[in-house]
Amino acid sequence: MSSNGYKPKVAVFKFASCDGCQLSLLDCEDELLAVAAAIEICYFPEATRKVVKGPYDIALVEGSVTTHHDAQRIQQVRRSAKTLITIGACATAGGVQALRNWQDSAEMVRTVYAKPDFISTLKMSTPIAEHVPVDFELRGCPVQKYHLIELITATLIGRKPNIPAYSVCMECKRNGNLCIAVAQGEPCLGPVTQAGCGALCPAFNRGCYGCFGPMESANAEALTGVMLRNGSTKDEIQRNFRTYNAWAWQFRQASEEVEKR
Amino acid sequence: MKKQAVRFDDTGLTCLIELLRGEGYEVIGPRKSGPAVRLARIESAADLTPGIDSETSPGRYRMAGAPDARIFGAGPAAESPKRYLHAPEARLAVAERENGAFRIIRDTPAAPKTALFGIRPCDVAGIARLDRVLLRDRYKDPDYEARREQTFIVAANCVRSSETCFCASMETGPRAASGFDIALTESVNGRREYLAEAGSTKGAAMLAQIKAEPAAADFVKASHAQCEAASAQQTRSVDYRRARKVILRNFEHRRWDAVGKRCLACGNCTMSCPTCFCVNTKDSSSPDLSHAERRRLWDSCFTQAFSYIHGGSVRTSTKSRYRQWLSHKLAHWQDQFGETGCVGCGRCITWCPAGIDITEEFAALDSSSQS
Repeated sequence: MSSNGYKPKVAVFKFASCDGCQLSLLDCEDELLAVAAAIEICYFPEATRKVVKGPYDIALVEGSVTTHHDAQRIQQVRRSAKTLITIGACATAGGVQALRNWQDSAEMVRTVYAKPDFISTLKMSTPIAEHVPVDFELRGCPVQKYHLIELITATLIGRKPNIPAYSVCMECKRNGNLCIAVAQGEPCLGPVTQAGCGALCPAFNRGCYGCFGPMESANAEALTGVMLRNGSTKDEIQRNFRTYNAWAWQFRQASEEVEKR
Repeated sequence: MKKQAVRFDDTGLTCLIELLRGEGYEVIGPRKSGPAVRLARIESAADLTPGIDSETSPGRYRMAGAPDARIFGAGPAAESPKRYLHAPEARLAVAERENGAFRIIRDTPAAPKTALFGIRPCDVAGIARLDRVLLRDRYKDPDYEARREQTFIVAANCVRSSETCFCASMETGPRAASGFDIALTESVNGRREYLAEAGSTKGAAMLAQIKAEPAAADFVKASHAQCEAASAQQTRSVDYRRARKVILRNFEHRRWDAVGKRCLACGNCTMSCPTCFCVNTKDSSSPDLSHAERRRLWDSCFTQAFSYIHGGSVRTSTKSRYRQWLSHKLAHWQDQFGETGCVGCGRCITWCPAGIDITEEFAALDSSSQS
């Protein structure tokens, strides 16, 4: 809150997503009241029916663009917000629904729906940044609630959010986990994935799934070579790269290149 | 200090652990933990794991059965003891808002009494390197200093080398020359026996409390001969005396491009290295701005933010980051601290998921500078 008592207006918008990321905001528990006290929540259907008209200081956008309607709506959201922050793998990379980008979506609609005529959808699931300028992308499937608090706090006081872009391995080693890629030859996306989860899966003896998407300067091509040497098949490697962040270009490229090896 | 060397068996080893625990030390030693030998808390000698060896190669670590029932046969533990002295994350200070002003509260460094038990000569040398940087440079690290003062070091000399070991060429092992309170050399002649040598007054006082016979000259000689055999097993090496010259001459070598393509820039080498000391500080504030914290975290020269100065990062390519790391470790460390930054433990080779080998990279630069 600024000294004159003005509370920044915050709106939370949903596109194609599971709602898990915006629920991370409600999941803040101990910090929720402090966050809620510092801002005015103007639009957040998961939390309240209250609607306050824009313009907004901060728009948190969850989900990817998958319909004509949403492609238009995101333009309105951008116009209504001073700062637009995308939250989660759907909004920043297209989400797991971007797997359709390698398929014939019309055929899938015919297979799945009894009355395909009612379905109006785009061929691709795309991240928000492909449609409008985005001020900050918060990664994760779902986002980490402490990142969300840090991001909101930093935005409110006008400083850079302290959210690292380096690998999961940095967190994994700091936490004292044993490297399962080296000690067991397990496929692990940690070396190409952005930190943020606290190296959750390796702590439970499972390779990183890449929920936070490609890290800065991710060398997915080199990691493909490592996984092949450790005995993963091309098909397995492709599936490793094609999950929640499949359409992020580094993972997308690696998943396409592996077929040619 | 009188040079003291005694000989004892497992009973003496048990007694040593009990004495350390009796003096309030938390004993941290090598033990089987999941699929690796790791440094972990030791309650008694029963926690130590005899008969285990480790097979290491670039990017690969596997536990394996040992040819004998040695307790200290497995080579360097998966991680170095660095984290016990130079914490991966520590809170440095807190600021609280009070009556319109800030009150800064500095945290007093926490320093548990820790006995690093059975650590390898390379790791003992690694601690000496950290001492030089964090205690004997212009700025002392108070947290490190507090922990270091509370540390007791029991080294275990190596009688076997792992494939990625190259301590002999770095002159840090397989037998520790200094930097320990007690150094053990294990023998198996039907039963396990130990040559225990004191390296400090603290160590001598501890040994004096153990029922043991003085070590005869031939036992000392036979024990040390095992370390020489371990040295002869090593196939990797770095000529650290020439390293500075070789690296400075080859700053634009093609080899850096090749390794830059293989390198994941994940930071595993620096995190595993017993001497990499770089940290970053992270400030945070509570949403109501009543509370702020400054924390220190292990950082790595492989991150983009590491070389961030006003306007951007200086080292944007992975190639330039790998070159920075290797040339600091083997060349510029000498300019800065008067010794080499590498102790030859081989962890950066073993724990690099891509299997990049510092000795091989250096050899490639070296061979072209000779031709």
